[in-house]
Amino acid sequence: MDILTLFVVIPVLTITGILFLKDTRQVRLVSAFGMGIQLILAGVLVFAYLSARNAGNTEEMLFIKDYLWFKSLNIHYAVGVDGISVAMIGLTSIVVFAGIFASWEVEFLTKEFFISLILLATGVFGFFISIDLFTMFLFYEVAVIPMYLLIGIWGSGPKEYSAMKLTLMLMGGSAILLVGLLGIYFNSAPGGTQLTFNILEISKVSIPIAAQRLFFPLTFLGFGVLGALFPFHTWSPDGHASAPTAVSMLHAGVLMKLGGYGAFRVAIFLLPEGAKELSWIFIILTSISVVYGAFGAIAQKDLKYINAYSSVSHCGLVLFAVLMMNKTAMNGAILQMISHGLMTALFFALIGMLYGRTHTRMISEMGGLMKVIPFLSVCYVIAGLASLGLPGLSGFVAEMTIFVGAFQHPELFYRIVTILAVSSIVITAVYILRVVAILLLGPTTNEHHEHLTDAKWFEKISVVTLIGSVAAIGLAPFWLSSMIGTSLQPIVDRIVALNPF
Amino acid sequence: MSLGTFLIMRHELLLIAAALLVLIAEIFWNEDKRRYISLFSVILFGIITIAGFLPSTAGTLFGGMYVTSATTVLMKNILNIGALLVFIQSVPWLKKKENSEKTSEYFLLLLSTLAGMNYMISAGHFLMFYIGIELATIPIAALAAFDSYKNKSAEAGIKLILSSALSSGILLYGLSMIYGTTGTLYFKEVAELFGNTSLQILGFIFFFAGMAFKISIVPFHLWTADVYEGSPVSVTSYLSVISKGAAVFILIILLFTVFPAIISTWQKTIYVTSVLTMTIGNLFAIRQQNIKRFLAFSSISQAGYILLGFIGGNQLGMASVIYYLLVYIFSNLGAFGVVIAISNATGKENIDDYNGLYHTNPSLSLIMTLALFSLAGIPPVAGFFGKFFLFTAAAEKGYYLLVLIAVLNTIISLYYYLLVVKAMFINKGETPVEKFKSDFFTKLALAICVAGIVVTGFASIIFEAIKNLSFGV
Repeated sequence: MDILTLFVVIPVLTITGILFLKDTRQVRLVSAFGMGIQLILAGVLVFAYLSARNAGNTEEMLFIKDYLWFKSLNIHYAVGVDGISVAMIGLTSIVVFAGIFASWEVEFLTKEFFISLILLATGVFGFFISIDLFTMFLFYEVAVIPMYLLIGIWGSGPKEYSAMKLTLMLMGGSAILLVGLLGIYFNSAPGGTQLTFNILEISKVSIPIAAQRLFFPLTFLGFGVLGALFPFHTWSPDGHASAPTAVSMLHAGVLMKLGGYGAFRVAIFLLPEGAKELSWIFIILTSISVVYGAFGAIAQKDLKYINAYSSVSHCGLVLFAVLMMNKTAMNGAILQMISHGLMTALFFALIGMLYGRTHTRMISEMGGLMKVIPFLSVCYVIAGLASLGLPGLSGFVAEMTIFVGAFQHPELFYRIVTILAVSSIVITAVYILRVVAILLLGPTTNEHHEHLTDAKWFEKISVVTLIGSVAAIGLAPFWLSSMIGTSLQPIVDRIVALNPF
Repeated sequence: MSLGTFLIMRHELLLIAAALLVLIAEIFWNEDKRRYISLFSVILFGIITIAGFLPSTAGTLFGGMYVTSATTVLMKNILNIGALLVFIQSVPWLKKKENSEKTSEYFLLLLSTLAGMNYMISAGHFLMFYIGIELATIPIAALAAFDSYKNKSAEAGIKLILSSALSSGILLYGLSMIYGTTGTLYFKEVAELFGNTSLQILGFIFFFAGMAFKISIVPFHLWTADVYEGSPVSVTSYLSVISKGAAVFILIILLFTVFPAIISTWQKTIYVTSVLTMTIGNLFAIRQQNIKRFLAFSSISQAGYILLGFIGGNQLGMASVIYYLLVYIFSNLGAFGVVIAISNATGKENIDDYNGLYHTNPSLSLIMTLALFSLAGIPPVAGFFGKFFLFTAAAEKGYYLLVLIAVLNTIISLYYYLLVVKAMFINKGETPVEKFKSDFFTKLALAICVAGIVVTGFASIIFEAIKNLSFGV
């Protein structure tokens, strides 16, 4: 079996293993074990990928495996990775691993919880390894649907409403996406040869411009809903606020990246001419996402809502960068996906841990926690600083690259939207610093909070994994950046060849 | 009649022989032995189902009145599988005291409707087709009224027979116009002589309306919910899967082989009715409280999706329709299997009664969830593949707008399917269904359904085999 298929097989085996267990402790251990192997495997993949590249392999995708599935429609089970997908797989395995430890204390229906969580992860991994649009779409939906049960059963607050809203909006997005994918498929052979779902093969033909105009908006919108594109972002705050900790982590950290990755890999890469003509609509929408999300975060009083709106803003930035369609900005988009994935997962993990202790998520009801629970508080500050783009942490590299890339366009329109989007950095600083000040610094305001216990061992594993990764990217961004950059080159070459800016 | 004739008409003759055997058993067996009638019928029908898969020869009988081909054999086999599941599912219900007197009647009636459907599918002549359709419909009305001590069941029987009579009348009126303008009722000759005159199109519209009644396509669906609610659950599941499936099969054959001359006309008809059927079926399903009415409206909307396979008139379309019906049989019978099990054990048939079901009966809830996800088209279960192929078939001919309407409709349907999932997993029931053990037959039927739901999708060989036997206009 090839290494990429293992990324789907291991979670499935883990789920099968959990099915036969009765004891909740064993369930936790098996989940952690399975996802630990997955994390190691991701490390092996990164290493194998880099050494293959160093050995001079210049194929666009590596480790390609292709099995014919439905012959009459030319549907394949096809997997392959380039630097971008390798980076996303690495991100996913880190967040899933941390998520398992962050949900160590789930008591209600533990077995079902871990099964749904790992099922979700299976979908995400499958999505990132696919290079066939059909399997990609299949895994995409597999990743979305366990969300309903995860939020509906283990969530908090108006969980049923949020779960339904989230599921229906995301599935609505995937419904629109399906039409776009079918459109791509039926235009994938303008010369009358065999129709195909294979991304690499489609990228070699040029789809008729009329079809591109029709299907680019559908495809981009379909993925955009998952990337919290304004005005289809409303599922995100409610969903994230109601979801249990690990689900918020996975969802904001990884699942929303499916939107950005798909928009980039399918919508822009396969339909570049349509993208060039129509990107202005989406650039306006994403700029609104970026600024609106940041302002939304200022207005919130609930920690999870703050972070959810901040995710809307940051993921908006990903889509914004993708639409700029030049190498620097796209490089920034990928970096931002990874950086935001880690950072927001860290945030949600910390919020979950705080909530587990204080039983409130309202900022006004907390204060001075730094003295009581120093470990968690320091981690929170680090997460905050990464989020507002402090140099030395991952957020800075990503946002800097995006804005430099976006500013490379000489037209006035691009200049204006870039300046607008840059303003979000300032707003982000406001809400992050405000929360840190109220929550952590100053005297302990709530007497019930004076005797809280600091992080337990499993919480530390979760947090340290994430902080380590954030810092690693921030301090040594170039290896990641170059891994992404080499893979971006052929994609950008294709886009630039079609649209000389 | 030679042996070759027997082989050609194998499906129908076996069914009739089985019906006669059940009848003989009923007459000659004493009280003690009669307890085994259900088991006897199920085994008998199981053999017939397997026999259906033996290699067959294509051919015609009675001067072209009866036609069989690999495609019709495939369709009959699919119906047999579904009917077998219904047979197995209904055994526990037939064991109840009030039904023990009329067990053999139940099987007799089912076998004769199935024979009627098979004749309908194999028809080469409109008269044969009409005989088949009547043979398929009238016994079902008796079955709908099977719980004769219940007012609702009797009402269902009356409603079904009246609306079928009306629809048959409309259908016959259409056929008379077709006969009047072409001078023949043989499918082949009608296909050659069919033109675009207004009387012929009028005849076609009447014919289509008659068929729409059988498939319960909007606006001819009004009988569905009441009949489904009133009939015993086993009969409802038969009506929603097998009757509908048979009518879909013959309609697609007729549209593709007899009416290709007016393809642009029926494409418009299908377009409009498909949009109406999906949307109205879905919107009404949201409001239902009774699980049988709920599944009735869900099955109406499913018919709307199935019409997407018709519209292109392409080979892929026919393949996706047949494939979808196979998937639909497993999914819908899986859902009905759970409803039957709960209804038999507790008599509860409302969605509210399912609150907290997961905590008392986890495996039933999981099967129900799987079946509903398959109906909603969620991967990785078979319903996803089925819907994907239907949409692909319509997209192949450029009906992107219709596909968009259909996929948005699947989101509405997902909403109400999730309501049931929510009831089972999330809601807290004050008086949840108690934990109960299902008997062997229920388990067997559910296991087959689950296997079907899981395997049919991934096993591409099934779809490819169906595709090879399909044809386009």
